[in-house]
Amino acid sequence: MSLLLAFCTATLFSFGTYLVLQRRLSRIVIGVGLLGHGANLTLMLSAGERGRPVFIGSDGDFTDPLPQALALTAIVITFGVTVFLLALAYRSWVVSHDDEVEDDVEDRLIASRLAAEVATDENGETHEAGYTDDSAGHVGEVQS
Amino acid sequence: MNNLIVLPVALPLIGAAVCILVGKSRTAQRFVSIATLVAVAAIAVWMVIDVDANGTLVTQAGGWRAPIGISLVADRFAAMMLVVSAIVLLAVLVYAVGQRDAEGNHVGFHPVYLVLSAGVASSFLTGDLFNLFVSFEVMLTASYVLITLGGSKAQVRAGMTYVVISLLASTLFLAALAITYMATGTVNMADLSGRIAELPEGLRSALGLLLIVVFGIKAALFPLYFWLPDSYPTAPSPVTAVFAGLLTKVGVYAIIRSQTLLIPAPDRAGTVLLVVAALTMLVGVFGAISQNDVKRVLSFHIVSQIGYMIMGLGLFTVAGLAGALLYIIHHIIVKTTLFLTSGLIEHTGGTGRLARIGGIARRLPVLAALFLLPALSLAGIPPFSGFVAKLALVSAGLDSGQYAVVAISLVVSLFTLFSMTKIWAGAFWGESHGDNGTDLIVEGRLGTPRVMTLATGSLAALSIAIAIASGPLYRFSERAADDLLHPARYVMEVMGR
Repeated sequence: MSLLLAFCTATLFSFGTYLVLQRRLSRIVIGVGLLGHGANLTLMLSAGERGRPVFIGSDGDFTDPLPQALALTAIVITFGVTVFLLALAYRSWVVSHDDEVEDDVEDRLIASRLAAEVATDENGETHEAGYTDDSAGHVGEVQS
Repeated sequence: MNNLIVLPVALPLIGAAVCILVGKSRTAQRFVSIATLVAVAAIAVWMVIDVDANGTLVTQAGGWRAPIGISLVADRFAAMMLVVSAIVLLAVLVYAVGQRDAEGNHVGFHPVYLVLSAGVASSFLTGDLFNLFVSFEVMLTASYVLITLGGSKAQVRAGMTYVVISLLASTLFLAALAITYMATGTVNMADLSGRIAELPEGLRSALGLLLIVVFGIKAALFPLYFWLPDSYPTAPSPVTAVFAGLLTKVGVYAIIRSQTLLIPAPDRAGTVLLVVAALTMLVGVFGAISQNDVKRVLSFHIVSQIGYMIMGLGLFTVAGLAGALLYIIHHIIVKTTLFLTSGLIEHTGGTGRLARIGGIARRLPVLAALFLLPALSLAGIPPFSGFVAKLALVSAGLDSGQYAVVAISLVVSLFTLFSMTKIWAGAFWGESHGDNGTDLIVEGRLGTPRVMTLATGSLAALSIAIAIASGPLYRFSERAADDLLHPARYVMEVMGR
């Protein structure tokens, strides 16, 4: 296995991981792309030693073709899904003029209700336990 | 006859192509897709009978022998999963035709739905680890499209989380495949079964755990479940129902298959799986209790229920695995029924928020019965299917001396019942609280959902049938579990030696 390629794979995986942890979908798409490249490169590396001919050469010794077939399949799949993700990012921009991946709205709603209940408890007032939220119509406006 | 194994994968793909060609007529699309799924269900039923009587069916793609060609294998476990998934896919399709929300508004629904069913069938039947990756991708890509078909803001937001997390899982899977191939020089599962045992100990455990993480993301296991309750509820009801019933269970199938077939007995991570199972059950059910929306409560329940299946696997005994298999059959049908019912609640009540609906039991008693039946079954109340499945798991756990996880599973059942009563009290009793005091439930406002009720009702009837036929079903599950714990038989059937 080539040390250089192993180093490349590690770099791709680390940069990809960093980008995937970002908030903007455009960066996540690039991160996913890098991770995909890293995984494909790992597949290529599994073919064994470098520098062997792709086809049967004069000495009859040639590189394992299966990882290349696997990598090709994986590249096609990654490509297709990346395009879908880009389309999704564009749709997100059309709908909300933003491509930031938001938090789970419902979770924030429950968290804010819990915070409100704790606040009323501290003021010594009683509160009605159960489902008293009536902010359903304004889900989108809740801020964390 | 062995070549018939290809049909559950090939037929839906052909059907999808035909659906695109007849895209101008929704009636023709409906005919094609329902006919296709009926055919798949019939083949699957024939397969499970044949496999149980005459042993595993194997076919090699292109006639290439096992380690070189791609094997398609239908053993008892795979055939059983195929039958349940075909029936559920068919029922949900009928429901979608009745609802006309996602299905009527988009020309792409039928083709993508058929591609999804091809991906699910292929995941169950494949005997090749790389082909499993491809099947997962076929299934997931179809699910990406289905979950974002409406293109609304909420769907796009939830779709992003879902697509990105699934892509990460796929990338990890690809890396795991590369490591496997590097170490063993094969991706055929039957071939791997022997070769992984020859690897150094550290590498074996690393591979086993990596595969648990990869499939654990898809199955929504404890630390990796957070994407599920976020993304599932936003999709149209039939789509959510089929995702909830099937997709996570494909992940569970892959975990069970890889842990029993690929990882040799001494290296199996039984304790890790039992701890993860207990945490998954607890976190899922506590999440469900805190939610205020029918679909979100049910989504957290999926997570909780996955814990039971993994508990059965973690025991690594015939009784434990048989219990897990029975639980999977019961869960797929009951969970789909519940989500279809929640779709009916939204259809009649206009919303799934418990604070805003109420009094359904008085106005629509049929709907109330359709919810109560699977809800009690899910909580494990006798005489429903959930009781039988949980009883099998609990007695298997006691036999293995794993008292802690058994105790947790029983406590979780109690909490499950509690959160189901929360839905019952919120949606079916009391009065509806619409805006300005108006009544939300107006019968016939959106048309009587006769077809939807029929589809939901037939699945509910099926879950009762499971409870009645639990004896033969459990014995079948035992035979399937016995096969799973003796991978040498699988290897012999596939490799022909």
